[in-house]
Amino acid sequence: MKIDGLFRKTRNIPEDGGRTDMPVAQCPINTHPCPKCSFSNLHGDLAGRFYVCVCGHHFRMGARQRIEFITDPGTFEEVDAAMESSDVLTFPGYAEKLNQAQKASGEKEAVVTGRGQICGHGVMLFVMDSNFMMGSMGTVVGEKITRTFEIATQEMLPVVGYTVSGGARMQEGILSLMQMAKVSGAVKRHSDAGLLYLTILTDPTTGGVTASFAMQGDIILAEPGALIGFAGPKVIEQTIGEKLPDGFQRAEFLLGHGFVDKLSARNVQKAQICNLLSLHSGRCQT
Amino acid sequence: MSTAYEHVKAARAKDRPTGVHFINTVVTDFVELHGDRRFADDAAVVGGIGRLKDMPVTVIALEKGQDIKDKLRRNFGAANPEGYRKALRLMKQAEKFGRPVICFVDTAGAFPGVGAEERGQGQAIAENLLEMMTLKVPTISIIIGEGGSGGAIALAAADRVWMMERAIYSVISPEGCASILWKDAGKAAEAAESLRLTSEDMHRLGVVERVIAEGETAMAELKDDLYGAVSELLALDVDARLDARYQRFRKFGENL
Repeated sequence: MKIDGLFRKTRNIPEDGGRTDMPVAQCPINTHPCPKCSFSNLHGDLAGRFYVCVCGHHFRMGARQRIEFITDPGTFEEVDAAMESSDVLTFPGYAEKLNQAQKASGEKEAVVTGRGQICGHGVMLFVMDSNFMMGSMGTVVGEKITRTFEIATQEMLPVVGYTVSGGARMQEGILSLMQMAKVSGAVKRHSDAGLLYLTILTDPTTGGVTASFAMQGDIILAEPGALIGFAGPKVIEQTIGEKLPDGFQRAEFLLGHGFVDKLSARNVQKAQICNLLSLHSGRCQT
Repeated sequence: MSTAYEHVKAARAKDRPTGVHFINTVVTDFVELHGDRRFADDAAVVGGIGRLKDMPVTVIALEKGQDIKDKLRRNFGAANPEGYRKALRLMKQAEKFGRPVICFVDTAGAFPGVGAEERGQGQAIAENLLEMMTLKVPTISIIIGEGGSGGAIALAAADRVWMMERAIYSVISPEGCASILWKDAGKAAEAAESLRLTSEDMHRLGVVERVIAEGETAMAELKDDLYGAVSELLALDVDARLDARYQRFRKFGENL
């Protein structure tokens, strides 16, 4: 790793909500300053608290961390792991950006999908990753999530989906926009088959992802403090020429306006999801 | 051959026919229906019932407005959630009465405002997409001016999507794209080129089935073209039509 890259990453930790998924050996310093209260969280302590600061701030988590956090050990089987984006429109700088994103995140694309079990319940899972171009949705993200729903429909499984996204990916132009309709079609078929779709909205979930599958869950959970909206706050401020009030577009704001069912703090998240899956499984409860 | 940014300017031109003009061109006996039954009536969306030749249809248009007063009233065609919910209400009504749905799309985008977020702009668009993908009646959407991102596709998840020759369809405005990518909204022309947003691009990428030449002759033929396309769609049984609609959007990225 280059020296300047090292320093840039350190400075970026609070700004990007705090990356916590770097291997400890690669961490410039083995602490994660909280972007909210500035408390220096030791990596080990933070991991033990599900990446939640002492002040309650939920750090962003990478897709693999979340999968490890939510699925029963050893049950996750990834599908479409090798699927990669290509620069279909020859958009300036996109090929390099994809390359950088793959290196930065260690992922092929901005979503990881697969089969897994949560408290013994079989599910199809999709987990987006903010470390890959801020979870933006291009053709591959749309395709992988569509396939997740198609498999789930075929195998009669619920879908559990974690969203984090800056929206549709500009560099794939209109093809990114088409993914909104494509995924929606697959979500609808899954829904019409009487199957459960549970979304967990995480920081930040915006744009074309909010305006499609993020808001199509039967039950929508949101992590505390997560920014969730259609238009980004900067765009709104520019449009109306005013500063936005504190808490605008945060998970609590959406709860108050009726757009999410429940807040889902990480210390109770797995239990909440287990309970919801259990309440939707036809099995006898013990 | 003109540049992409010239297309953008043409699509936004003040003298361009707006949604209401298209409604009046293709249907007779138009009855406008108002309100989303939940919050308000959004004037950025005009919808109602009319007759396409002998066939009752539901028509819905994003309307930018005529003079400045009208434009202000219609928020320059930038709809709020209640606009999308009105459109959905009319589409479900069309489904009940077996009326085909025709949408005219012309918007810079769904409105980015405080109220729009409070009332769930994202949720409104998401619900339209979900419902349009399985609406049982034939649906045709025409991008007539600006097809601005989520606010446009919210009325364009249809069996057939057509586009006026000088219209544009894009995931983001060229200005927005330039300012995010290059921190310089002045590079909009370059962004417009890179985004591939012209009708020619859309046709090549399979995003639209038909590009409609501009001018009075084409407008006169539009009614016949729509009638023909709707009749073709009506000839299919519902399941076949819905499956074709699913595949129409499914194909973007299927070959990965």
